[in-house]
Amino acid sequence: MELTLNINGRDHRLSLDPRTTLLDALRDHLGLTGSKKGCDQGQCGACTVHVDGRRILACLTLAAAVQGRPVATVEGLAHGDKLHPMQAAFVEHDAFQCGYCTPGQLMSAVACVHEGHAHDRAAIREHMSGNLCRCGAYPKIVDAIEDAAPKMERG
Amino acid sequence: MRPFRYEHAADRAQALQLANGPREATASAHITAPIQYLAGGTTLIDLMKLDVMRPEVLVDINALAGQHGAIRADASGLHLGALARMADAADDLVVRRDYPMIAQSLELAASPQLRNMASLGGNVLQRTRCNYFRDPSWTACNKRHPGSGCAAMDGVNRKLAVLGASDHCIANYPGDFGVALAALGATVDIEGAGGRRVLAFEDLHRLPGDTPHIETNLKPGELITGFTVPAGPWTRRSLYLKIRDRQSYEFALTSAAVALDVEGGVVREARIGLGGLAAKPWRSHEAEAALKGRPLDEAAAHAAADAALAKAAGHGEATFKIELGRRTLVRALLQAHAMEV
Ligand SMILES: Cc1cc2nc3c(=O)[nH]c(=O)nc-3n(C[C@H](O)[C@H](O)[C@H](O)COP(=O)(O)OP(=O)(O)OC[C@H]3O[C@@H](n4cnc5c(N)ncnc54)[C@H](O)[C@@H]3O)c2cc1C
Ligand code: SF4
Ligand code: FES
Ligand code: FES
Repeated sequence: MELTLNINGRDHRLSLDPRTTLLDALRDHLGLTGSKKGCDQGQCGACTVHVDGRRILACLTLAAAVQGRPVATVEGLAHGDKLHPMQAAFVEHDAFQCGYCTPGQLMSAVACVHEGHAHDRAAIREHMSGNLCRCGAYPKIVDAIEDAAPKMERG
Repeated sequence: MRPFRYEHAADRAQALQLANGPREATASAHITAPIQYLAGGTTLIDLMKLDVMRPEVLVDINALAGQHGAIRADASGLHLGALARMADAADDLVVRRDYPMIAQSLELAASPQLRNMASLGGNVLQRTRCNYFRDPSWTACNKRHPGSGCAAMDGVNRKLAVLGASDHCIANYPGDFGVALAALGATVDIEGAGGRRVLAFEDLHRLPGDTPHIETNLKPGELITGFTVPAGPWTRRSLYLKIRDRQSYEFALTSAAVALDVEGGVVREARIGLGGLAAKPWRSHEAEAALKGRPLDEAAAHAAADAALAKAAGHGEATFKIELGRRTLVRALLQAHAMEV
């Protein structure tokens, strides 16, 4: 089927099988390989992106179902060479080892702050529980989010 | 995933028209009809990838959120549109204050991403997490293939049902929100080709009996448009307690949905649901009766828990859940009693 996806502010016309998930459309058809495929079953959060400003899982979302709605991926976080405050905090705090879960962690972390769920460490842990990290970088991920939250609020 | 046709419904009338093809009339169950509604997709797309669900047409109903996505409370109760997202209902300030059990049942479920995607209508229709059901390489599963047997009966069944199971299927209903709806005596609004009807939520799901593949009393093509939770003096003193293998982002081993109307330390009315333990969203009228008119102390809480699990039967590994279920309910009752409302 013919459809238009709006990714990071740009429209893309695509011809896709209706079975194509948003994750496969991003990775295999648009070359946006930042979003990762961990489980492909909604269980790990590696594929987290934003649709209409809310975090969702791209592996359980059909591309057809998000036609015409704004999609934001990890590729759209930085402004040119200037990292998003959350990305800078992840680097600063060593909040990853292998980095496979990181794009999903970043998209989830940004949403967690916007939702108002980053007010303390317990809230951050609970509201980041949808993003698994096989390397166990959890304490440093919480550090990074705690640090980035006020910086994001300042703009 | 098998090929399917994708259709987008602009409104309810179009959704009903698209989902009521000639073959829906003869399909054996709502959930296996060749045309399926697509809401959040977090059950449907998952099970289509696993080749457990095999619809030929998906009717996307997300555009119905304008018609059937509102969350509204009035003197008669709480009205929840079927296309409202789990996150919206969990974050709603009125729901949190006046129906905390409902808010907690949603907030303690799945993950933030899934709660942003999943609709309330789709939530109540989620399928069991029985491993053999989710993996078609196992041939024996009466729920997937009527008459094929039940691989879980002598297999890995630690998380399965101890209440309401049958010799044909011991799967548990995994959801949380449905347990709260059952406990509070909610109703479900349904639209079909033949018009509108209202069903008690407790009558939406069926016990497995010898037809575990027929999970609900919905007719193929019927659309859930919303739920009403009746108001009552017990809804504010209510909570949902969920016990899991890990602290977050996990299905319930056991859970208890408890609402109490207490006057001078004595229970006037109780509303009690159990999750994780049963074949369908479970309301325990027995536990409610055991509490009525009694002062709520530890002895009363234990009596209610004994009544709730009196008919429980464990299959192999799941037997531990009977005692865990009792303790979950005791703790939930004492916590609800201690709440300041
Ligand atoms: C990793 C993971 C963890 C989870 N953890 C939990 C948990 O802890 N607790 C919990 O309760 N749930 C949990 N869930 C389940 C989740 O809550 C459900 O998958 C979700 O609520 C289903 O809603 P949906 O809108 O995505 O439904 P869909 O997948 O879109 O639909 C499910 C079914 O319902 C039908 N349907 C949908 N809407 C309607 C309607 N309005 N009328 C008629 N039929 C309709 C569809 O045709 C389909 O057959 C988890 C899911 C995942 C993937
Ligand atoms: S318990 Fe039910 S769902 Fe699981 S294998 Fe047996 S019949 Fe299938
Ligand atoms: S790849 Fe989507 S949740 Fe794991
Ligand atoms: S950094 Fe390796 S999985 Fe998280």
